[in-house]
Formats: sequence, C-alpha cells, structure tokens
Amino acid sequence: MVATFEPKTNYKVVGTRPIRHDGYDKVTGRAIYGGDMKLPGLIWGVCVRSPHAHANIKSIDTSAAEAMEGVFAVITGADMPKAESKLVDLGEGNINFKWASNKLMADTKVLYKGHPVAAIAAVDRYTAEEAARLVVVEYDVLPSVTNVVDALKDDAPILLDDLVGDDLGEDVHNTNMAAHVRHEFGDVEDAMSSAAHTIEREYNMQMVHQGYIEPHNATATWDEEDRIKVWTSTQGAFPARTQIAGILQVNVSQVKVTPLEIGGGFGGKIPVYFEPLAALLSKKSGRPVKMVMERTAIFETTGPTPGARMIIKLGADADGKLTAATADIWFEAGANPGAFIGPAAMCVYAPYEIANTRIDGWDVLVNKPKVAPYRAPGSPQVAFAMESAIDELCEKAGWDSMKFRVDNASKEGTRRGDGVLFSKIGMEEVLEAAQQSAHWTSPIGDAPEGKKRGRGIANGYWFNIGLKSSANLSVNADGTVQLTEGSTDIGGSRVAMAMHVAEVLGLTAHDVRPTVGDTESVGYTDVTGGSRTTYATGYACWIAANNLVEVLKDRVAVLWDINKDDVDFNDGVFSSKAEAEKTIGFKELAGKLDDLGGPANSTGSVDLESAGDGFGMHIADIEIDIETGKTDVIRYTAIQDVGTAIHPSYVEGQLQGGSVQGIGWALNEEYFMTDTGTMANSSFLDYRMPTSLDLPLIETVLVEVPNPLHPYGVRGVGETPICPPIPAIANAIQDALGKRLYNTPMNAGSILEALK
Amino acid sequence: MTTNSPSKVHVTTTINGQQHELLVPGYMSLLDTLRELIGLTGTKEGCLDGNCGACTVTVDGRIVDSCLVLGAEVNGKTVETIEGMATPEGLHPLQQAFLEEAALQCGICTPGFLVAAKGLLDNEPSPSEGRIRHWLAGNLCRCTGYDKIVRAVQKASS
Repeated sequence: MVATFEPKTNYKVVGTRPIRHDGYDKVTGRAIYGGDMKLPGLIWGVCVRSPHAHANIKSIDTSAAEAMEGVFAVITGADMPKAESKLVDLGEGNINFKWASNKLMADTKVLYKGHPVAAIAAVDRYTAEEAARLVVVEYDVLPSVTNVVDALKDDAPILLDDLVGDDLGEDVHNTNMAAHVRHEFGDVEDAMSSAAHTIEREYNMQMVHQGYIEPHNATATWDEEDRIKVWTSTQGAFPARTQIAGILQVNVSQVKVTPLEIGGGFGGKIPVYFEPLAALLSKKSGRPVKMVMERTAIFETTGPTPGARMIIKLGADADGKLTAATADIWFEAGANPGAFIGPAAMCVYAPYEIANTRIDGWDVLVNKPKVAPYRAPGSPQVAFAMESAIDELCEKAGWDSMKFRVDNASKEGTRRGDGVLFSKIGMEEVLEAAQQSAHWTSPIGDAPEGKKRGRGIANGYWFNIGLKSSANLSVNADGTVQLTEGSTDIGGSRVAMAMHVAEVLGLTAHDVRPTVGDTESVGYTDVTGGSRTTYATGYACWIAANNLVEVLKDRVAVLWDINKDDVDFNDGVFSSKAEAEKTIGFKELAGKLDDLGGPANSTGSVDLESAGDGFGMHIADIEIDIETGKTDVIRYTAIQDVGTAIHPSYVEGQLQGGSVQGIGWALNEEYFMTDTGTMANSSFLDYRMPTSLDLPLIETVLVEVPNPLHPYGVRGVGETPICPPIPAIANAIQDALGKRLYNTPMNAGSILEALK
Repeated sequence: MTTNSPSKVHVTTTINGQQHELLVPGYMSLLDTLRELIGLTGTKEGCLDGNCGACTVTVDGRIVDSCLVLGAEVNGKTVETIEGMATPEGLHPLQQAFLEEAALQCGICTPGFLVAAKGLLDNEPSPSEGRIRHWLAGNLCRCTGYDKIVRAVQKASS
C-alpha cells in the first residue's frame, strides 16, 4: 500500500531559503573533499594505461618499476580477484561485477584507450608516475569499432568473446550487441498507414562527458583483519561499498566507505574506479594508498553518456492529434554492456499521449569507455530526436508547435511508451506556465546585421526514482537536533534534509545539524542520483522526525504524569489534551531529558517503489553569426513541475545547471574520436564546456504540482532539466535559419555546412 | 620525497600573511606545494593543465592557475589562497554573497571562483554583468550554469 498525502501550503520552513550548513566550510576552503584526504604513511597510486583502443596484451614486464626506489607495490590484471558474473542494481543503472572488474583493470585484452593494465603505489605521485613509465607492455593491436553501425556489421571486431547477447529473449553469440528490447502497444502499422501526416528522420549524437570539475579519487587501507576502509568522493557510500566488495570478492561488512565531500558527479561518480585498485595496492604495500585521476584519463576512461543513432517516425491525424510513433534507438555502451536503453524507452514518448507506439532499443559495445549515468541517462538523447521530430511534423503540417504540444500532452492515465500509466503529473500545468512566462510573451527582438535570431521550445521528462534511504536523529540538551543521513551531498541536499526535520519539529533549519553518515553510522541509503535524494531521503528524515515526536511524547507523559495519548504536538509545542494551558516547548523539553529517561533518538527509513514523474519545457532564444556559424544563447527559460520546492534556490540551481549542461551538449561538446579510437579532445580546453562568458542568466519558472507520494509534495528535479535544451536549440536553429540539424554537436562547422 | 629526486629549491614566501621557508622539489607545482607541503587543501585540483581554474590563487596580487606555476617560482613573492580570504571578524563579502545567493552546489570550483572574483572586485568595485562573465571565463563550474555565481558577485560589488 503506497501512502499518499494531501497538498498543504502553510509551511514554516519548507519553501524558505536558509544558508546551507556545509556552505561555510565550502566558501573558506575548509571542506574536505576526496582528494584532500591525508593519513599517516600515505603513499600515492597511479595507473599504467593502454595507448590502444583494442589490443591483446602479449606481456607485461613490471620488474623495472618494482625495482625503482620509492615504489611500494605494483599490481596487474593478475592481481584482480576473479569477480563473479552477477548483475546488481545501483539505482541508476546496473553493474555486473565481472565487467566492472574488467573495466577497472584489463585482464588479457584492452577494450578502450586508457584501459588500465597495471597500477603502481609509490612514495609520492611524481615517483609513481615516473615508475609507470618503466612498465613495459607488449600489445597485439586489434581493429577497433567506435560507432554502433560498424559494431553491428557481420565482420566487426568482437570486443568480448564470452558475451551472450539478448535479442528479444534469444541468445546471440559472437556479437557486440548486448541487448535488444522492444515495447509495442496498439496497432502501429495500421495507425501509421492511416495517418494524415507523417515524418521519419534519423538523428545521431556523439558521446559527451559529465564534466564534473573534481577528479575521481580514492584513499584506501587494507588492514590486518582484512577490513578495507575507503575514503572517496562518491554519489553513494553504500552502493560504492557494494561495488568494492563485489569486485574484490569480500563481504560488504569487510568494507567501510566514508564519503568525503564530492565535487560534482551528475551520475558519473556512481561507478567506482580507483577504490578497489587503491585497496589492492594497500594490501600489497601495507600502507594507506591514495589515487587521484588525471583529467585526460577522466575523459578517456570514465563515464561518458552513450552516443546514439535514433530513427523516429511520427503519425498524426488531420486534426493535429498524434496517433502513432515508432522509435529505433541504438546506444553505445562502451566497452561492456549497459547503455541505458531502458530509461530511453521510458522517456521517449512520455510528454505525449499516443495510442499506438513501438520502441526498439539496442545496447551496443564499442571500443570506447564504458558509459556511466549522466543526468537522466538516455533521456536527453531521445528528447533531441522526439522533440525535433515533433517540431518538424508541425512545420510540415502547418501547425503551431506549442498548441500541438498542449493538444497532445500526457496527463493522469496516459500510457508511457513502456506501458506504465501516469498518476498525477504536471505536464499540462508546465505548458500553461510556459505560455504565460515572461519569456514566451516577449518578442525575440531584431537581430543585428550579419546575425539571425530564432526561438525554440522543447519538452523534457525524467521518471525519477524512489528506493532506499535512512536517517537518524538525536536531541541535544540545548534543543537542537543532530541529523545523520545516508545521502552524499552533491548540491545542497543536507540543508533540504534538515528542513524536512525542522518543519515537523517546529524548529529552524539551523536548529537541525545535518551530517552525511558513513556506511557504519547510518542505515543503507541508495545513490544520490535518479533525482531521488530530496524525495526519498527527505521522506526518511520526515519519518525520523515524526518518530522523534512519538519518543518525546513519552517523555512529556512522564513529566506531567499523564497518558501518552493525551499529549499533543503542534508547531514545536507539546500540550495536554485535557488541560490546554499545560504546554512545554521542544527546546525546554530537550533541557529536561536527562531527568526524563535520557537520550532521545529516532530513525527513519524508506524503500519507495515510485517517485512522481518530472516534466519540463524550455524556451531558447539564440542568435547565429552567419559568417562564423557561432551560436549564442541570448535568452533562456526553464519551466518545470518541481512538486514542492523545499529550498527554492537549490531547485532553481538544478534547473539552471541542467539547462547549461544541455546547452553545452547541444552546441559544443562531443567525444571527437580518431579512426583508431583515440579521443582527440580529452582536455577541458579542447572539450570546451560552457563558460560564464557563453551564457545569459537562466530564467526559471517553478511550477508546483505537489506530488501525492511525498509528505510535502516533493518531486525529483535534478535530471529533467538536461532533456529539453538540445531539441530546444535545434528548433531555435530551424527557426533562425530555416535549416534543421539532425546531429550533435550543432557547432559552428555544422551551421556553416547547413548554410552552404 | 624520494632520495633520488632532483634537487630541491630553497623558497621563502609569504602565504596568507604568514612567512614560510620551504625546500621545494624543482618539479613541484605551486598547487602541490600548497596542498602537499603546507597542507592548504582549500586550493583544488581540477585538471592540472590550466583549463578549469579550480586551483586559482594570487601571486603578488595577480591571479594564476597554481597548477601552471612551480613552487620554486614564488620565492620572495606573496601568495594569497582561499584560506586567507576570511578574517577573524568574519567572511569576505563575496563569501557571504555566495552563501546567500546559493552560488555553489558541489563547491569544488568555489575557492577558485572566490579568489578570482576578489581579484576583480579589488580593482573594479562595480563591474557590469558582462565584465564579471568575461573575468570569470577562466573558471569552470559544471553545477550552477553560472547564474547564481554572477548574481553573487554582483551582490558583493558596491
């Protein structure tokens, strides 16, 4: 039975903007991030990496490195425990321990450029890097594949000899196709053939990277009782523990993960990279080992989001009602399976009600880094294809694309492309707010000479997830409350958790001191990802706070010598139901607890099946320089149903940050691969994410349709905003130039090519 | 350092008002000198190639990426880092504005942005939005989309 809640509006703490508790340490440089970790006797680890994208390892000679002064330990694939082939759900995507282990350290074959073949621990980083150059590896270089079309050809080089592909339930051998899934509803062929208007287009996208500024890192000790302690920057201490234990083939209770401050992740810090290697180097050296990844390796070997090939076909009747849709989606998984075709299928049609739909998705191996979740993994890709196709269908039929989106909007009861029926959602409210926004109701203005302006709109969707979270509370004698919760804080979530507790207890946000717990100080909590953190961990905090009220009612009953059932609690004040004048405030009671039974503590935990869907629409105004092809975003607005905004500043921040990542993806960012599988732009300079100079202020409209599945109506907000920007900009380019681009990035070269 | 490392350089430098006398390996960056030798880990590593600005400090009042400067180069110079920005009396107005405007999410780029923004406001107390965006273009932030950072710098300017 899923609990539901009536919407409320009379909050005291929810909806305010207190300063985040952890902010003071972060603006003064005192906050300790993963890379700042120090331990007595600490030594440094580095990886030796493959220069080839695909090769058999003929031999590895580590003797010179081992003999170098200052070197403590060297490991290779031979030192990796043989992890079992077991699929584990990490909340946002699965991992298989066998593939995950192979990704961290090559066995007999390298599968992507930068694939580690050995790791070295030495007295300091410079010495370790020096020693890494002494490792001699002989390779037998193999042909590589870097896109889905080549990878699926009959004569394609095969990455994993023992991969058994799943083609709609049939086993396939000797293949790069890990999976093929299908969702089909209604009679698509019939509906498409009787449609008054149809459109069919192919879209292609390159891999892009999350681009977090903080490098991956890990510090580990492997001690005498085979206990492994890890300090790291992770999006989830418990899922990191699961992975470390699975890859190292030890029990989870042998691993303690302490999450330090994390400098961005966007999904990319859900998988572990260095943690198991640092632990193995510690075991071999007997010292604590720290590893910090260099930026080139971050691009070449960690979590890009899948590159994609997509074919969308839409059909509509003469009145402008969508009647049929098909989507064929090929995603690059990188060097082992798991390319988010599931989420792509869930998201592709979500903003629309369409009676007849088919989706086919393929998970395809290529000689590139294994993909990792990146903010709504799979959804921005299909949003680019679907929202571009919607606009082009409207252009072809002569329809207004905003009206078309309103007329076909999904609502409560609409069936999603994978068959799920929507509960209460806010797509229609978002479209209404978009049409009333200051941006939509203002003209775009005239372009200066030599430039052209265009406006584009697009919808975006992420389903959001629930899963497991835990929180502990304890009351201090001064009337404040300590909160320990399990979600690593990637963008201000601690303050939102404290606000959940403060609202229940009638305290201020700063009366509640939030701490992110390690894996031995709080209950199991899933990743900070899937837009679940404020929703699910906030929910756990709310339960813990209500449980604390019950504990304290017991104490009040003792104090007044009455029955607990006769104690009331409202706005931070306990009262007697029998004698209205008999009251005691939370803080006063806290000071008396020593005489009323001692410490007052509580816990809260959740395991939430559903979360409440997130819809948004973005409006992009752009200006294109006809001579250079450069596109500037001159005005940008993100409108989104956020349920209830607990701390509106950080909700706005999610919309703004997601929008800008999407803008970068649309206009500039890509893995530019050479023919031999090398990323040619593996630095921030060449990869060229948006800078402050590239952007206007990002306007936000928070639409609040309370989510009945959360006590305050919270919906996940973090991921939806990266979905609309790419098609919004594609649609704006079409509006400006009368030219439509079907591939990302839509950079200056593509614009000039289109203008030829 | 290992015994076979290249010769070390005797460096006398003033960091956040305090004089330090150091033996710095010739190859060691100012970033590692601050973080590893002195323990000032507020200055962050992001890319080690001068492209992200997370390691921004000032040397004799000039903004530099400390990953591109050798520790040996600050001999006789004055270095200011994020740890020197607040005083016992309280936060610098920029730090306060970053908190109030929610101008940080993960916070890893924040020390670099604050040091860079202070460099701007020290010389130009009332910069335009465009000037702020131009000045801060050497500092990457992936979380905020820069909106709230720009607003915070505007708030802290007179």
